[in-house]
Amino acid sequence: MRKYVTTRRLDRLFLELYRIYTFVIRFFKEVFLPPYEAKEIIAQCYEVGVRSLPLISLTGFIIGIVFTNQSRPSLAEFGATSWLPSLISIAIVRALAPLVTAIIAAGRVGSSIGAELGSMKVTEQIDAMEVSATNPFKFLVVSRVLATTLMVPALTMYTMFVALMGAYLSVHQNELTSITTYFVQVFSAISFLDIFSSIIKSFLFGFTIGMVGSYKGYFSSKGTEGVGKAANSSVVTAMFLIFIEELLTMQIINAIRAF
Amino acid sequence: MKKDKPKIDYSNKVIEIRGLEKSFDELDILRGVDLDLYQGENLVVLGRSGTGKSVLIKIISGLLKPDIGRVNVLGQEVEKLNAKELQALRLKIGFSFQNSALYDSMTIRENLEFPLVRNSRHLSRKDIDRIIDVVLDAVGLAQTINQMPSELSGGQRKRIGIARTLILRPEIMLYDEPTAGLDPITSIEINKLINEVQRRFKTSSIIITHDLTCARETGDRIAMLLDGQFQRQGTFEEVFDTEDERIQSFYNYNFIQ
Repeated sequence: MRKYVTTRRLDRLFLELYRIYTFVIRFFKEVFLPPYEAKEIIAQCYEVGVRSLPLISLTGFIIGIVFTNQSRPSLAEFGATSWLPSLISIAIVRALAPLVTAIIAAGRVGSSIGAELGSMKVTEQIDAMEVSATNPFKFLVVSRVLATTLMVPALTMYTMFVALMGAYLSVHQNELTSITTYFVQVFSAISFLDIFSSIIKSFLFGFTIGMVGSYKGYFSSKGTEGVGKAANSSVVTAMFLIFIEELLTMQIINAIRAF
Repeated sequence: MKKDKPKIDYSNKVIEIRGLEKSFDELDILRGVDLDLYQGENLVVLGRSGTGKSVLIKIISGLLKPDIGRVNVLGQEVEKLNAKELQALRLKIGFSFQNSALYDSMTIRENLEFPLVRNSRHLSRKDIDRIIDVVLDAVGLAQTINQMPSELSGGQRKRIGIARTLILRPEIMLYDEPTAGLDPITSIEINKLINEVQRRFKTSSIIITHDLTCARETGDRIAMLLDGQFQRQGTFEEVFDTEDERIQSFYNYNFIQ
């Protein structure tokens, strides 16, 4: 019979933390070691990147329009609607695009990774890979985490563009601003640091989404109920971590900006 | 029924287990298991659900770690192997899962190729196709090669699962409940296939089951797992020639069913 070092719950908590730690460390160890599952990485990049495009396009475009329309009345009170492109570009580039893309990716991709790996776990497909002398971690986890880490920043850039185009539509319709003037104002309001920090942040968000989805799926249990829980918990945990990361990176970037 | 059975080499143990113990949380599953598997032998492990039969073969294949005890497979102590050594050992062990564990996002061809291309990277496309043909022929399902696992029946899935393990030409086969959930006719076909694999691929096997027909048809030796230990070992008749009520009730229930 198993004896507990502390209490049953506390032991489990420490074991869980240790398991998360070893899972992350294992990723960094295995990502650089051959064999490289290039085919699977490309397939996952397609799944995460290309197949998210319709949803990202629609969401980004609508966010651009809605944000512009909601901001206009406040600026109009001060006769400052000409500031709209600057305001929009700062909001979209610095915060909205990375955050919205990450949330959509967590919902669409994170849950799908959690459910897929969870289902593979409970139907012993992961064990089957392991006993056939294949490294399931490399094939399933490394490929998916790499795909989300690489694709979420690319999708973020795309969201920035689509949202800015949506915003332009609204600005042009109401203020009759030309596209050249609009984009001159957009780019004069943002710096290299804004774009760079958003991309770095997106790498972090992508890594988090892939890692959380993979971890939850890889260690799911209790049959079909466990698959549902893995999918659900992948989204909830990833979103929770994304917001914390957003808060922390914002503080760091603001400190850099002040410096 | 058991015709053309290959000769068993009783001087050569391919698996040797001593004092194996395993518990999950507060539940003791295996309580000091000793077991030998000889070269060319089909050993059936019988027992009720939850007695630790599957746990035993998962420990043999290194999927689970024992709490206490020694597991020697093909001359190597499984728990002392590093990841690379364990991977090399696993090439010699075929594991047929209870629910076949076919990769449901891949076709049958991709399922069969999967272990092969990752472990024999030097093979040409032609070699891979030839090996796939051999194993599909062995399980009698050559026509399913381009189908998805979801399009197959339970019996066909079991056969493809066995084919996928055979593709690496293992020396030891571990079958986890090979006839579970199958109708009697399909079960008989799977029993025949297990014997055919033993004869054609010269494997030594451990067959986990609670199906006495499967045990009688495929086993050269039967080991009865009760209360976390092997209570009786021997031929089918020897194992059930006992006054032990637990073993008697297991026999009666199975055949009445």
